[in-house]
Amino acid sequence: MEFEPVICFEVHAELDTKSKLFCACPNAIAEGPNKYICPVCTGQPGVLPVLNKRAVELCIKTGLALNCKINPKARFARKNYFYPDLPKGYQISQYEEPLCQDGTLMVPLKDQEIVPVGIKRVHLEEDAGKLVYPSKGIEAAPYTLVDFNRAGVPLIEIVSDHERNPITSLELAKAYLENIRQLLRYIGVSQCQMELGQMRADVNISLRPKGSKGFGSRVEIKNMSSFRFILEAISYEMKRQEELLRQGQEILQETRLFDETKKITLPMRSKEDAPDYRYFPEPDLVPLDISEQTIQRIKEEIPELPWAKAQRFMDYYELSKEEAMVITREKGVSDYFETCAQKVGDKKRLYTWITKELFRILPKEEIKLEGCAFPPEFMVDLIRLLESKRLTEGLAREVMDRSLRSGILPGKVVELEGIQILYEEEGLLEVIKKVLGQNPEAVQKVKMGQINTLNFLVGQVMKETKGKADPKIIKDLLVKEL
Amino acid sequence: MELCDLDILSLYQKLISREITPLDILDSVIKRIEEREKDLNSFITIDLNLATEMAKKSLERFERNLTLSMLDGIPIGIKDNMATKGLRTTCGSKILKHYIPPYNASVVQRILDAGAVLIGKTNMDEFAMGSSTENSAFGPTKNPKNLEYAPGGSSGGSAAAVAAGEVICAIGSDTGGSIRQPAAFCGVVGMKPTYGRVSRYGLVAFASSLDQIGPITKTVDDCAVLLGIIAGYDPNDSTCSNLTVPDYMGFLKRSIKGKRIGIPKEYTVEGIDPKVLEIFEEAMERLRSEGAEIKEISLPHTPYAIAAYYIIATAEASSNLARYDGVKYGLRIENSDLLGMYEMTRSQGFGREVKRRIMLGTYVLSSGYYDAYYLKASKVRTLIKKDFELAFQEVDVILAPVSPVPTFKLGERIKDPLSMYLVDAYTTPANLSGLPAISIPCGEIEGLPVGVQFIGRAFDEGELIWVADAFEETLKGDSDGI
Repeated sequence: MEFEPVICFEVHAELDTKSKLFCACPNAIAEGPNKYICPVCTGQPGVLPVLNKRAVELCIKTGLALNCKINPKARFARKNYFYPDLPKGYQISQYEEPLCQDGTLMVPLKDQEIVPVGIKRVHLEEDAGKLVYPSKGIEAAPYTLVDFNRAGVPLIEIVSDHERNPITSLELAKAYLENIRQLLRYIGVSQCQMELGQMRADVNISLRPKGSKGFGSRVEIKNMSSFRFILEAISYEMKRQEELLRQGQEILQETRLFDETKKITLPMRSKEDAPDYRYFPEPDLVPLDISEQTIQRIKEEIPELPWAKAQRFMDYYELSKEEAMVITREKGVSDYFETCAQKVGDKKRLYTWITKELFRILPKEEIKLEGCAFPPEFMVDLIRLLESKRLTEGLAREVMDRSLRSGILPGKVVELEGIQILYEEEGLLEVIKKVLGQNPEAVQKVKMGQINTLNFLVGQVMKETKGKADPKIIKDLLVKEL
Repeated sequence: MELCDLDILSLYQKLISREITPLDILDSVIKRIEEREKDLNSFITIDLNLATEMAKKSLERFERNLTLSMLDGIPIGIKDNMATKGLRTTCGSKILKHYIPPYNASVVQRILDAGAVLIGKTNMDEFAMGSSTENSAFGPTKNPKNLEYAPGGSSGGSAAAVAAGEVICAIGSDTGGSIRQPAAFCGVVGMKPTYGRVSRYGLVAFASSLDQIGPITKTVDDCAVLLGIIAGYDPNDSTCSNLTVPDYMGFLKRSIKGKRIGIPKEYTVEGIDPKVLEIFEEAMERLRSEGAEIKEISLPHTPYAIAAYYIIATAEASSNLARYDGVKYGLRIENSDLLGMYEMTRSQGFGREVKRRIMLGTYVLSSGYYDAYYLKASKVRTLIKKDFELAFQEVDVILAPVSPVPTFKLGERIKDPLSMYLVDAYTTPANLSGLPAISIPCGEIEGLPVGVQFIGRAFDEGELIWVADAFEETLKGDSDGI
């Protein structure tokens, strides 16, 4: 019997808002602990939450981008549990009436197939603070400190569906996570920097016989801080469950933790020990009342989504599917491409120059191309110089380097430094004659019909001219000479 | 008659005519406190240095004709569950015995901005849970009319302080009758405004959907003055209404001829003390003789109010009190592990009644019980609201007893929580429905005051002041000078 996994993600992403969800404290990285705190986000007696409007809009925006239904009368609920990083003893979250429900994310796979993944809900909630352990480590330390800078930061939780279009392979799980991250960054909802904890995920996994519609006992894995760990945990858990099932054993419904060094999952608590969160409607906040116009306005804020954009680039700019996917991965890159594409003829050449040449010389953090030191008008200028045959590829690389360093337009660099292609009348013929004189054997071979050797001679001429000559012209001249 | 026995309006006249200064009033109040506080225990914290500072500043304003309001220079007491910046706020609990808030409640800020002289923080049942002020960790307050009797609760300290002349007026909070019932037992006027009329920001939450702050005063006139100062929109409380605040003084000294006053038949059946009933019927006759039209009405779901109230209130309380965990502020009993610290802190920090209600509330929200208790209670609440809506199609205000029993001896009911809970039978419906209600003295049984209450339409406190003022007028001349 073959098994297939049913994988459900609860992805948490910190929203990119100016202030926290229920108070005016900045939602930003603070210099030092407990800098961005106030009576509200530290849960002082008597305080009340006031909802951040932008956070609601960003949650709706996410829901719309995931084709969810928006609940205009959504409510908040209290999730009650004790933990030192949770200042009120409850988290304000959403339970029965979340903002967004029943959506779908279209996930392209490597083999270019596109798979729909069901989205059960997207809701808004507040983050907790952080516990800080002294450097001696959790066991040795006589105390633990609490940092509330993060307490009250707005989070969205995106829950994938286990019934409607569930994730049933590791490959799809990986692609789903990557696409969720790409989407959230695209629509400007979250930066999703995993290393900063801006995106985190819990995962539920169960196995079932392939083709079956039922569900096995599910295991939840918590506390994973990177894509790699999440996928390793799923992979381990799939193997563990399959072995147990093949031995005729039962899978315990439980929560497990992933050990990042041993790459295994370990039991954390059983179903019986699962906390009872005693959800009830948050009495300090009124139910939302979101108008159709607001939803419409937010819809208009959503930029063209990656997959749609890739399709359009394929049709309109005649890129291959792979090229289209690469260029649309980051919104900044696709915007850069599109700005240039409208002004140059050869889109393939543009594609190559962005993805090969520009990415090669840019520092890693600038690869999103937003505010990059070689702006689109520079690229357009450079491509035009190439198209008008005023530069060879080799010369163009050099010009790009200089332009990037000096901030001067490529055309200007060419003009100022007198860079130009060598033509016949400008001494190219002399170089060719020199090369032919230095390589009598090669000349002999070409004359005997070994055409490949001609390319060797072209290369020699290129070397001699330091890339200033057009290889096509060289070839023509060589043939003429021989 | 001493200055401390006068009402706000009389003192205001004397202040503006320069007959007296705010320091004279303060002296009179201090003298009374020295005489009676040892017996009464109306206050948890008295800060006479602060009060003197405030009175001096007020005097300066009078001298420069820059007075802030009719409350300028008037000594006031604030129930100890409202945050006062820099002045400890205990909520009558050991767990907050040394808690000093870093901010002012919105109501406190308004009172300070109006120029009032804060005498101190008044005693109360711990976290406002109780009907006799016996549940205070700082000892019970006594009824100023007879020290063997309870002043009612939970705002017993505020009501007793006003009745005894330790302050001129006070602020209380009413979750299930906690302003109206002690006002009635001490022979003063107390109003619970409409839910959302007065900001709850800074009121230490007991039951968020029921709590409301209101005035406790010697007269209906004073109630109008104080309500006008504390009512109104506050951006820090999402449940606070932005309806404009009318001039409540404009509702005074009007005729109630033709006013339709409803008498709910369910309030005068089982459980009511015959002497209370007799006084209530007298009140009815007084109104009739003033030209009001007395109509019997039905509020059929009244018998379920107490049960619904104690489910909703305890559920919300169990969550609201979770923040007292020893981590951030308040009492902490050190222990070797986290759970131990939680358990020790909370079991030593909370009193019996608070613990009883936390357990009740935790139980009714538990998985598997939520529908049977909390959800059902919420439905009852809706039905009670509908009862009132229907009734207000026929009448302008509703007249009802405040409590089915007169005040009781200290220690008489404290051992039997259920008998204590039943004292709230006639006050909880106004909290469940969010409606405004005013309690006003209308007679005595064996020298102990008894009150009646008027319940009005939402945000129609003006109507209540109108009727209560006219009713108060009928009592003048035949009372012993309340």
